[in-house]
Amino acid sequence: MVNYTDRLDRVFGALVSPARRAILMRLTQTDCASISELAQPVAMTLPAVMKHLDVLEQARLITRAKTGRTMFVRLSPKPMAEALAWLRHYEQFWSGSLDRLVAYAEKKEARARKPLVRKTG
Amino acid sequence: MTSLTLVRRIAARPSIVFDALTTPEGIAHWWGPDSGPVLFAETDVRIGGRFKVRFRMLDSTEHESQGEYLEVNPPERLVMTWRWLGREDEDEESRIEIDLRPVNGGTELVFTHALLSSEESRKAHTEGWNGALDKLEKYLGSL
Repeated sequence: MVNYTDRLDRVFGALVSPARRAILMRLTQTDCASISELAQPVAMTLPAVMKHLDVLEQARLITRAKTGRTMFVRLSPKPMAEALAWLRHYEQFWSGSLDRLVAYAEKKEARARKPLVRKTG
Repeated sequence: MTSLTLVRRIAARPSIVFDALTTPEGIAHWWGPDSGPVLFAETDVRIGGRFKVRFRMLDSTEHESQGEYLEVNPPERLVMTWRWLGREDEDEESRIEIDLRPVNGGTELVFTHALLSSEESRKAHTEGWNGALDKLEKYLGSL
């Protein structure tokens, strides 16, 4: 079984590419799409699209299924939700923490400067 | 790699920010996602040294995290591992890198929290140990 960390790494690794993000965006608009439908708007060759789909499938962001002779691609939202949950969790944690750190350090700085002002003044 | 980066401009010199980041007294003032209290903070700020912080949130849940310092370079850089205690994800180790840069009498803080794949996690530990061993070597050489 692929562990949580490796799973998230694959998701974020897959999201690095603008072409793959474009494919995902397109899939959010339609329930499912054929590979040639996906290739058209991003102006990519079919082999290039296939390669990106491999990466997206490894990250479990999409599923592929054949109907007759046509391959259909479908968005699989769970891994994306998991990755965003990780980011959101720590974003909230550190954002709140760092805001208070800033306030504390600035108060310390102001205090450290006060005696100097008195001496020179 | 999965990571989160936050940047803050602080009207305080880097040494003050570094102390706020590393001393138990400093940590007690800011650690945690809301204004709930820090219950205890311990730090052993040297390569291979550990930190442990427990805090209570406003919803009265308590959380504890700990880690190991991998790089300690005051007042410029701090790298440490991060792990929650007593939670279902406590096996998940991540890494925090903090860089402090002096700007106009203040500090620019760049904070990165990265989730480590198993390979990176292993490497981070090796680096940490190598750092500790380098120090030991220096110490022994100076005897």
